[in-house]
Amino acid sequence: MKTGRRLACLVLVLVVGASLAAGWLAPPGYAKQYREAAGAAPSAQHWLGTDEIGRDRFARVLYGTRISLLLAPAAALLSTLLAAVVGGLAGYVGGVWARVAMAVTDLFLSLPWLFLLITVRALLPLNVSPLVSVMVTFLILGALGWTSAARVLCTTAATLRGSDFVCQARASGIRGARLFWIHVLPNLKPVLYAQFWISIPVFILSEANLGILGLGVAEPMPSWGSLLRELEGMVSVSEEPSKFVPLILLVVVVTAFQFLLSRQEEVAA
Amino acid sequence: MMRRRSDTEFSFAPSGLADFPSATHGLRPFGRLRAGCGLHSFAASRLAQSRPLYPFARRVLASLLVLVFIGLLPVGSWAQGGGQLRFCLRAEPKTFDPLKVEDDASVSIRYLTGGVLVRLNRQTQVLEPELAQSWKVSKDGRQISFKLRAGMSFSDGTPFSAEDVAYTVRQLMDPALHSPTGDAFRSAPGNVETKIISPNQISVTFPAPVAGLDRLFDQVAILSAHSAKKEMAVLGPFVVADYKPGTNVLLKRNPNYWETDTQGRKLPYLDSISLDIQPNRDVEMLRFKRGEVDLINSLDSEYFDKLAVTSPQLVHDAGASLDSEQMWFNEVAKAPLPTYKKNWFRSAAFRRAISQAINRDDLSRVVFRGHAQPAVGPFSPANKFWFNSKLKPAVYSPEASLKALQAEGFRLENGALKDRGGNDVVFSIITNSGNKYRERMAVLIQEDLQKIGIHVNVVTLDFPSLIERMTQTFDYEAILLGLTNVGLDPNEEMNVWLSSSENHQWNPQQKTPETAWEAEIDRLMRAQASGVDAKKRKESFDRVQEIVVEQAPFIFLVNRNALSAVSNPVQGASPVILHPQTFWNAERMTVGAK
Repeated sequence: MKTGRRLACLVLVLVVGASLAAGWLAPPGYAKQYREAAGAAPSAQHWLGTDEIGRDRFARVLYGTRISLLLAPAAALLSTLLAAVVGGLAGYVGGVWARVAMAVTDLFLSLPWLFLLITVRALLPLNVSPLVSVMVTFLILGALGWTSAARVLCTTAATLRGSDFVCQARASGIRGARLFWIHVLPNLKPVLYAQFWISIPVFILSEANLGILGLGVAEPMPSWGSLLRELEGMVSVSEEPSKFVPLILLVVVVTAFQFLLSRQEEVAA
Repeated sequence: MMRRRSDTEFSFAPSGLADFPSATHGLRPFGRLRAGCGLHSFAASRLAQSRPLYPFARRVLASLLVLVFIGLLPVGSWAQGGGQLRFCLRAEPKTFDPLKVEDDASVSIRYLTGGVLVRLNRQTQVLEPELAQSWKVSKDGRQISFKLRAGMSFSDGTPFSAEDVAYTVRQLMDPALHSPTGDAFRSAPGNVETKIISPNQISVTFPAPVAGLDRLFDQVAILSAHSAKKEMAVLGPFVVADYKPGTNVLLKRNPNYWETDTQGRKLPYLDSISLDIQPNRDVEMLRFKRGEVDLINSLDSEYFDKLAVTSPQLVHDAGASLDSEQMWFNEVAKAPLPTYKKNWFRSAAFRRAISQAINRDDLSRVVFRGHAQPAVGPFSPANKFWFNSKLKPAVYSPEASLKALQAEGFRLENGALKDRGGNDVVFSIITNSGNKYRERMAVLIQEDLQKIGIHVNVVTLDFPSLIERMTQTFDYEAILLGLTNVGLDPNEEMNVWLSSSENHQWNPQQKTPETAWEAEIDRLMRAQASGVDAKKRKESFDRVQEIVVEQAPFIFLVNRNALSAVSNPVQGASPVILHPQTFWNAERMTVGAK
């Protein structure tokens, strides 16, 4: 397992490194259209060929990886923080607060996510730059994706609240925020880490799903979701293996995260 | 399977001879055909034993016997055995009542089953007689008289007469029915009168002139006034035999269909048509490749090219269709947009400059892989009669576009275009998510306009959200969408061009025309709609097309080509640009026949 985790780390470092070096590895950028070479096969000039409107697929994969890999953790961080605030505090405070917070959480969990995302996306202003659209997409994902984590954290915090060491601390006169900060939060950290790592592949996949529906990151900016749209249809599946690169990367990266996640789960346990 | 059976039926002559030795008795030379035509060995041995005749006499006798044998067959049996044609409907048909038809799937079934008085030949675009032998439109355009063919009957055997036509027209124009087909005939309030002159003659009088009156009857399938089967009794070549919701509609040959081919054989040739309900185009394509369906209408250009590589004989590009792709700016006065943007969008010079900066050749070549033509104006050149041939495609020239914008007070600063007030020229183009061609067109336009310093944000929205912005809130800047034209007559686009119309997309439902050119379009459209002189109507609509090109309320981008695929066993298919592209002559098609 240790070797697997090391390998996973290595893969992630390589993928993240390559995506950060996109400007150097693929200088023409992700938006340049080689219209005379639209849909070209892999060549020395275009390592993974070009897409249907002539954009270099290699450059788009690198930039798309950068966007998906940098913003998915940001969305995961946002959702974990929201989960910590709502779930952690609800579990720690207990009583009416916990019931209200969990009722809100259940309400969020029961919402039809996809339709909610589509609606929220449709309500946003139209005239936003692609960069803003990327951030908005992940912000929406982060703001709506805290619920499952909040439930886990609420339960954990409630358990901690009734634990012997917290009772002892209380008996020693420690109360309120200080008790939470010194005794509860450090014990919530492993769960928070685990939730954070779990959320990353979930958000990557969510963005990919939105992208496949054409509702993710705005053109011409690429993301794994928008790149995966190239695999729509029988024509693509049967031919042009270079189109599978984003899918392979997605599988590899999500698998790597799962390996790292197993470690986090061990720590949390 | 039906199809296999039809194959054996078409090879009837040899097997028939094999089972009929007495017919060939004494024709020894026939033994030479044994291997090729499968003569039974018993018959062959009898032939070998028979007394020889002179070669010439033998040939003559043999020929005569074959002719006599063929002559003894019922005429209909030639027409039978045309096989089963299979293709996909992309949605569930909503109705089998031809008068209520609205959706594409139901239109297809109506086309195949409904008998009409006159039929627009999809290839020549000329109106031809069907149930009516002849027809005449009165000079004032209010009345049409039909002389019907005699001796015809519906699929269930009920005789056809002028009474059925009168019944159909009454049903069609009944306001309670809300017939979309009937709406096209409503040029003015008032009753429609039908007068049965004789069992084979009828006249229909409308309260006001109806432009293109005779052509409208191409969509009116005649119902039986007396049949117990109601709309399921038809006069068309096929009849609905079975319907499995969500799965399949089976049409079978109408035994009472009136038409024969030039050799007197009864039509249709096909035994049946199986229509599978299949919304997924990938599955449709896979099934076509596996030989499970015989036709594909409106093929994607990607699929077309892939098929063309492996089986070029199966794909057909009939040229530019009537469908167009276009973009337009929001010109609605009450739209929630900044005033300076409204000023840009309401300026014809701005719109023309944008049009000039879009490389339509690239849209056709890159996005549609060459299976589209740069659009000229509101009507495609495929519409042979109504297209204004004086119009020329916009010439792509970013330089000329920039110059025109500069003349309007715009200026280029550090690669960004600014208006008189110093505002950056930035706008968004919305299109519907999931339509890859429109998304790609928007991205190409984005880069084209970047060359003249205009920054475009491409936004894809789900269709309901897009429609809400387009028709309710008017909260958009530019939209890229397509227009599907099924009719040839400009009358069918009245709802687009009249300024008071809901579908006057750039600025709908105007109480009075807000611009002089829109007022002129209103006047010309009404003039052509109330006219019956085709030449004068054409002059009016030519001018409408010129105004639309001059003012560019719609920036027409491309006309997509009509692409289709037809499998090898299908004979007699001749795909055209008009709906239904591949099966417009289904009654003359065969599958697997020799």
